[in-house]
Amino acid sequence: MNLLHFAAASNIFSKAVLTSLIAGGLVAGVPLMFTALGESISERAGVLNLGLEGMMLLGAYIGFIATYYVHSATLGFIAGMAGGAIGSVVMVVLCVWLGLDQIVVGIAITLAGGGITSVLQGAQFGTSYPRLGAPATAAIPGLDKIPVLGPSLFNQPLLVYIGFAFAGVLVWIYAKTNVGLNLRAAGEKPEALDAAGVSVIATRSWAAMATGALAGLGGAYLSIVGAGVFTPFMTQGEGYMAIVITMLARGRPLWILFGSFLFGISLSIATALQLAGINISIDVINMLPFIAIILALLMFARRSYLPPALCIPYMRGAK
Amino acid sequence: MTDAVTVPPQTGVTAVIEPPPVGQGGARTRSRKVANARDLLIRSLVPVVLALVAGGVLLAILGRDPFTFYSNVWQGGVQQGSWEDSAMRGAPLLLIGVGLTMIFRANIWNLGYDGQFLVGAALITGLAPRLASSPNVVSLVILFFVAMGAGALWTIIPAFLKARYETNEIITTLMMSFIGVGVANVLVKGPFQDPAVNIPQTKVIPLNHMLPPIPGTRIHVGVLVALAAALLAAYVLKRTSFGLRLHVLGANPRAAAHVGINVKRLIVTAFLVSGALVGAAAAADILGVWGYMRANWNPGYGDTVIPFVFLARLNPLVLIPYIAFFAVLSNGGDLAASNANLSTDFLLVLVALILLFMTVIEYVGRRRDLGGSYLTPGLKNALKAPLFRRKKAAAS
Amino acid sequence: MPPLAQRDRPKLGPAPDQAPAVELLGITKSFPGVLANDNVSLALPQGEVHCLLGENGAGKSTLMGILAGMLQPDGGRIKVNGEETRIDSPRKALDLGIGTVYQHSTLIGPLTVVENLMLGESRGLRLNFAETRRRLEEFGAMLGVEIDPDVKADELALGRQQQIEIIKALWRGSRVLILDEPTSMLTPQAVGELQKVLERLKSTGLAIVFITHKLHEALALGDRITVLRQGRVTGEIPRERVRLSSPEELEAEIVQLMFGESGKPAEEVAELSVRVEGTKHAATTRGEVALELEHATAAGEGSQPGINDVSLALHLGEVLGVAGVDGNGQRALAEVVSGQRRLSHGEVRYLGAPVGKLSVAQREKLGLRYVTDDRLGEGIVASLPVSLNLVLKRIGSAPYWRRGRMHPEAIEQDAKRLIERFDIRTPSSQARAGTLSGGNIQKLLLARELSFESKVVVFHKPTYGLDLKTTRIVREMIGDLRQGRAALLISTDLDELLEVSDRIAVISGGRIVGVVDNGPTAAEQVGRLMIGDVTLGVQETPEPVGQRA
Repeated sequence: MNLLHFAAASNIFSKAVLTSLIAGGLVAGVPLMFTALGESISERAGVLNLGLEGMMLLGAYIGFIATYYVHSATLGFIAGMAGGAIGSVVMVVLCVWLGLDQIVVGIAITLAGGGITSVLQGAQFGTSYPRLGAPATAAIPGLDKIPVLGPSLFNQPLLVYIGFAFAGVLVWIYAKTNVGLNLRAAGEKPEALDAAGVSVIATRSWAAMATGALAGLGGAYLSIVGAGVFTPFMTQGEGYMAIVITMLARGRPLWILFGSFLFGISLSIATALQLAGINISIDVINMLPFIAIILALLMFARRSYLPPALCIPYMRGAK
Repeated sequence: MTDAVTVPPQTGVTAVIEPPPVGQGGARTRSRKVANARDLLIRSLVPVVLALVAGGVLLAILGRDPFTFYSNVWQGGVQQGSWEDSAMRGAPLLLIGVGLTMIFRANIWNLGYDGQFLVGAALITGLAPRLASSPNVVSLVILFFVAMGAGALWTIIPAFLKARYETNEIITTLMMSFIGVGVANVLVKGPFQDPAVNIPQTKVIPLNHMLPPIPGTRIHVGVLVALAAALLAAYVLKRTSFGLRLHVLGANPRAAAHVGINVKRLIVTAFLVSGALVGAAAAADILGVWGYMRANWNPGYGDTVIPFVFLARLNPLVLIPYIAFFAVLSNGGDLAASNANLSTDFLLVLVALILLFMTVIEYVGRRRDLGGSYLTPGLKNALKAPLFRRKKAAAS
Repeated sequence: MPPLAQRDRPKLGPAPDQAPAVELLGITKSFPGVLANDNVSLALPQGEVHCLLGENGAGKSTLMGILAGMLQPDGGRIKVNGEETRIDSPRKALDLGIGTVYQHSTLIGPLTVVENLMLGESRGLRLNFAETRRRLEEFGAMLGVEIDPDVKADELALGRQQQIEIIKALWRGSRVLILDEPTSMLTPQAVGELQKVLERLKSTGLAIVFITHKLHEALALGDRITVLRQGRVTGEIPRERVRLSSPEELEAEIVQLMFGESGKPAEEVAELSVRVEGTKHAATTRGEVALELEHATAAGEGSQPGINDVSLALHLGEVLGVAGVDGNGQRALAEVVSGQRRLSHGEVRYLGAPVGKLSVAQREKLGLRYVTDDRLGEGIVASLPVSLNLVLKRIGSAPYWRRGRMHPEAIEQDAKRLIERFDIRTPSSQARAGTLSGGNIQKLLLARELSFESKVVVFHKPTYGLDLKTTRIVREMIGDLRQGRAALLISTDLDELLEVSDRIAVISGGRIVGVVDNGPTAAEQVGRLMIGDVTLGVQETPEPVGQRA
């Protein structure tokens, strides 16, 4: 390490670096958070959604297009949710209703989502990638005045706060409502839910739809707020990351929140390091979150949890 | 088991993979055999045809002429010697397909093919110039083994996690794949970069160190290697104890443990074999066609192979014609897409459509085998309900 | 919804002319290849226990599945309180007041008792924990049991789980309660407990359907008995006859209804009617120790317990039974011997040599075999032909495989031989094993485990779910092992153990709590050993409701 590096390294805890690390982590973590919270819903109900990546891309593209033409980020988010939900309709019909293989269909949705958005983007804009303006933010009065972190943490698009609140709502839904109980039963022992007179098919269908919508929202946030632009395959495996986060968090919303931002920070570390004057190849930095996940799996593999009926289609009368 | 409702427990994953039984079929009547063959043909071809039709509709929606598109595919994939390029495109596709077939038989998902492929490819493009002084055959053999070793190595962590902790291999292989893509880039931009050029890419392997062509054609012998691998795999799966063990593990993992198969070792072996074959695909592609590697190069062969591995019902021999078909589609598709001013990712959409139609056709076929209806009771009622209501309304 | 006990229900049995709570008329249901119910008619009057008796496969569970809305009949009508209805979903059945306790538990293990009870509750979004606890307490009082509402379901003993299942079935105000083979998992004491609970329920005017294949249970519990054979009602014995006839008369009549005019050899049906007397087998000279467990300890799996410090010795020429309520470590015991589960402590010796470190395949080669209870789940590979399933434990070894290469002729030849010797009914040796009937799959497993120089064989519930004829054959095969071999017979069927074994060990909570020589007093001794443990699910019955303030 030469002297120049040393000098730069001393910068590592400077204000700018910290701010960019944490604010960047937040920006990168929000799409993960929405997607992973969504995945926790369908995973709980026994549907493994390997199509998340495709649904995120659909959400990212449709959300971007809506925002680009209508100039409303809010509308963009809603359009993104609809986009993701369209992807999960395929999942619902083929996997939940017909009982087809969830993994194969998930892969197909991912391929289709990536392919179709890339083709449409190319057909529409050719090789140019138009940018969106920065979305409106809402500052939390008082907190945004906190030095260093205040402006970056507490001056976010409204959706971020809604996302936090949603995680809390999910905790309540899972623990205290019959919706939560039904979801859990559909994943643990669907025949018990059926015997109790609740439709397993309906429960799983709604769960999968909610997952698609949330993944679409995550994708829309990525393109509208995170990048301000749509590029083909821009999710770069975040859908799969969301699955791992959910798995390691054992489907608990607050842990998902925590995990998403941890991985968000590792995604945003590149910018921070550049600000600190350290130049590490972008490839290494892109690998970091995945290496982190492999390490996490090596360390905590025993503790990850998936419901017993995950991936198993339910047909009444067949044991 | 007090009554007739007992159905053997079905794991979700085996639903699509139901390879035919080992050994000869019993004494079936001829007409039954014909019917079966017809069913098989329908199940094998209909998804592809439907996907091409749906793709055509999509093209029309995008304002492109589907007939021009598909005739361009034919032109760019078969005519005027381009069939030779298609054959060469088929080599890595077939090798990856065989690698996936082997491990899917055991009902294990290796989805990390991109990483395994690229790490293998990067290593040999870096190593090849250093072997320039050794004879062609020696260097080719070494490079093939290096690529296979690299591919196999890249499956070790998922294999270990699966064998030891039963960690879902879909996730781990995907994660390793992303890491592998990064590692390949680091290698190509770093130690293996050709200092003589400005863009990040490796040195070009001299022509005399590439795979030689089959005499009388432009097709390199890697294609023969791939065909040989498919034949060998078919034999191993059908006629050896290893093949049967893979089948038992895939069909009923608990039975595998019960009958005394060393499941952990088998999982690791299956991963290594699969990874090695994907690595061999990289060697065949680099040493047969490209000769160098550019940064951020990722042909994404694996994704496109998956539907055909399933359509071939995990049979390496049946896989060959499918791969031939897709090699033409892929090779000709490049020309067709650029003529239509479309992204080549359109092929991904076609592949995804084939997968989706395949599961649907499989479903229809399975329902018919059971002598039941095409639809589950729930769906049937959902479809019927509005119809009935309308009838009643009309009657009253 | 007011608790059941407070509803205005007739306190006594109904008058004879009152309409039955539920009536089934001409129900027909077929599955591919099987006619499970053939024109079955059945009336369920209020305030009665109606026993549905029949062999395995007679169509009892199918009939009740139809009543519970799980299955749809192909033909026939259902009347509830005199009104014809279609029960097209479990929800509909529940709304009509038909509650079911299924043969397989529908409790969700990781959920607490109250959560399990609230499942399917559709009023409002929020779960009402307080209300549920209160009602649970009321139900508990009515049934005379006390239940901790916040304990997880899989931490409870099976008897207690079943009580919760009953409460769950009654939760939405039932008029009919269906119990599908409710005693198959219970200790004799827990069965007594169940009997008391049923008495109390009956007095509230509930119509109870009790499904069983054991004649003595039907006689002890039923006010009315209907016999099913091959999907048809072969006879119904009304209330007066059950009450007035002598047990011997009834038995004779029912046996004939169950097995037809032809009549079966007396000894084949003897076990059905009454508990078989413990038979002391001619004490064959006990040979050397064939299998020995020394302080064997192994971990459990999921909700299944492991075994703890188990020491047992099995001699050549002996059948050693292991009795116990299901889920007390039987599977762990079997797997520790077969090599499927690792010992955390202790040793397994086979013919004197330690084998605790050997793999499943190595033990199999030595002649140590395991006939699993989970025939479809781990015994066979359903998609492979019968022939390959027969040699599945010999993959890779000669003469079927040489240097990794398969020799189909050798496999075929031996498969044909085994199919004939063990009388496996299959269309051909190439038929997929999954297409065979349960009895033939068991014969396939026996052929595989008893051949190839077997020496010591572990049987785990070898006749569970089999028809009577196959049961007899299997038990004979086990007994035949006395000729120079040895068997460890793990079973939950006490009658079977008394019939076949020389000695009976009792397992409880993963420990061997005692070993009894088979003989006239064995049944009682085993029964007493089985309840010696607190984990058995039998607790003090609180005083009946009536005596409370």
